[in-house]
Amino acid sequence: MLHIVACIKQVPDTKIIKMNPKTNTMDRASAPAILNPYDAHAVEEAVRLKNRYGGVVSVVTMGPPPAVKAIRKCIEIGADAGYLVTDRAFAGADTLATSYAITKAIEKIAESQPVDLVICGKMTIDGDTGQVGPGVARRLDIPPLTCVKKVVEINKEQGYAIVHRKLEDGYEVIQSTLPCLFSVEKEINEVPYSPLPNMLRAAKYNPVVWSVDDLGDIDRTQLGLKGSPTIVAKVWPPEKPKGGEILEGSASEQIARLMEILHDKQRLFRVKEEQI
Amino acid sequence: MAEKFDVIIVGAGPAGTACAYTLAKAGVNVLLMERGEYPGSKNVMGGVLYRKTMEDIIPEFYKEAPVERPIVEQRFMMLDKESAINFSYKGMEWAQEPYNNFTVLRAKFDQWFADKAVQQGALLLNETVALQCIVENGKVVGVKTDRPDGDLYADVVVLADGVNSLLAKSLGFHKEFRPDEVALAVMEVLKLDRKIIEDRFNLEGDHGCTIEIFGDSTKGILGTAWLYTNKDSLNIGVGTMLSGLIKNKIKPYELLDYVKNHPMIRPYIQGCEQQEYLAHLIPEGGYRSIPKIVGNGVLVVGDAAQLVNAIHREGSNMAMASGVMAAETILAAKEAGDYSEKMLDGYRINLLNSFVGQDLKKYKDATHHFEKFPQYFEQYIPMMNKAASQMFTVDGSSKWSKQKKIWSDLGSAKDKWKMARDLMNAWRVMK
Repeated sequence: MLHIVACIKQVPDTKIIKMNPKTNTMDRASAPAILNPYDAHAVEEAVRLKNRYGGVVSVVTMGPPPAVKAIRKCIEIGADAGYLVTDRAFAGADTLATSYAITKAIEKIAESQPVDLVICGKMTIDGDTGQVGPGVARRLDIPPLTCVKKVVEINKEQGYAIVHRKLEDGYEVIQSTLPCLFSVEKEINEVPYSPLPNMLRAAKYNPVVWSVDDLGDIDRTQLGLKGSPTIVAKVWPPEKPKGGEILEGSASEQIARLMEILHDKQRLFRVKEEQI
Repeated sequence: MAEKFDVIIVGAGPAGTACAYTLAKAGVNVLLMERGEYPGSKNVMGGVLYRKTMEDIIPEFYKEAPVERPIVEQRFMMLDKESAINFSYKGMEWAQEPYNNFTVLRAKFDQWFADKAVQQGALLLNETVALQCIVENGKVVGVKTDRPDGDLYADVVVLADGVNSLLAKSLGFHKEFRPDEVALAVMEVLKLDRKIIEDRFNLEGDHGCTIEIFGDSTKGILGTAWLYTNKDSLNIGVGTMLSGLIKNKIKPYELLDYVKNHPMIRPYIQGCEQQEYLAHLIPEGGYRSIPKIVGNGVLVVGDAAQLVNAIHREGSNMAMASGVMAAETILAAKEAGDYSEKMLDGYRINLLNSFVGQDLKKYKDATHHFEKFPQYFEQYIPMMNKAASQMFTVDGSSKWSKQKKIWSDLGSAKDKWKMARDLMNAWRVMK
């Protein structure tokens, strides 16, 4: 019986979010809150491992009360239990303070059943740092395996896991002791359309909610804004790339102009050939 | 084992949610299904919600619901190419509780309303499509959804699945609605600073105003355009019978662009930023198009039952009323333990005797009449504009000679008789 904890986060859908042109910050009201897409793959992988080896999948998140919605999404995917840690004291946390709070929550979850594996998404789409996963692993003192794109084997009896880690030019097969932490790539799986019984269960599901006081022995100076050494000096949207040309005229005129452009740029193609 | 509910309601719009709310409040185990990501995410209307029916369900809802502005003024515009005759009613009795109507944004409002039903104990299931009714021994016993292991069972299924109502169609309750039974509405939500809205529309504070625009706004096709004020946005849209669009080979968004650029409307929307573009069919066939709405173990409510009063832009209130009446009938059926068509037919009788049925009956010939005789929009509105221009332009000719000119411009004696007849006919279908 494996006990797998997936760490998740509710994020604004950055595909459609608008930036406030004056402050250069995200206008969070302009986009719906969704389950971080990488985390959906993490939960799906946890559920697949549960189905393969037997066990329980818990999900944990730190966030405001509406983050319940993200936990319900995980229940739809097939998670068994959800834990929401929510408290004003967590507000303004950077990745360091977040990983501390999540670690404390995982330790508390482990009190009822020891945790064999922690799974995170590669990163969140609102922060793009990918730091919380390894931060949690460090604090739990377990090996972090980042960029996991395939889980080959989990062997609880003999206490090891074998995975493929994505590299720039291939992949690495690596064996680790258990417990350990994976942060997973999108390509690790496809999240299927959830079956109806899961949907009904999720619609009714209310997660366990913890405040700071529920987490027991906790150092408050490491939480929220106080515990966050990160300083955001400046935020600015990337400049929109310039250039490009929309061809006009009849089809043959457009083709002629396109050929002209390609001819001008052929130097680029030559360079490519030499590389090969 | 598939889960069984007392009632499954397909569609979390105003009709379905009103039904779910009423049933859940009475302690019935009810499942409210929604195909969208959340209730309201796929729903569209011009933007006016009448208070009365909603308040019968949730008293003083406007104190907490996400309504935009209470409407204190209703304006009407009879539009020609470069002119308009305007009239309006503004009354401060509409500026205070309990108000008459409000503008709402459906994506927000429907979500709030569905939350209320959930608080009463309804189970809300999003992102799930009901594909068909499960029929056993001539009785609807559940629905088949698009999800794996997706069958659901219930004593009664309420079809609140909107104008296309695939489920009612699959039961053979009606065929595909004809193009002259449905209108196509296209609409934009335009962002505008609330201070500018209040200045531009002559409003104080939270008050709102609606403008209904007839005539050139639909290029003579039967329909209307509208411009409504939200808190910090405007709804501008145009709706015409589908048959009119087909006949005149006009694309709906072209019509909307035409309205937005019309010299009588352009100044209202200057400097706006387009926020959303929406389009939806509206069932406007009226009384004669109401399909079969009751069967063994099944009821049809809201748009799916063609409950829209196009003349008075009422639809969401009728939908809610039908949802409540369906719920009341279901409660009686539950009491009796009988979900047969005969038992559930009480819903149809109550509906037709209520303001919903009576109002639809009153206008049963109206849209069909105006559709059949396009001269009202094509000719008479421009004529009125010309006459007004003629009468109010001071150019040295006497008022008597102006009247004479206006009279002769109406055409030959035969034309005038025809107009008089048309006016009589219009009165007849509207009275």
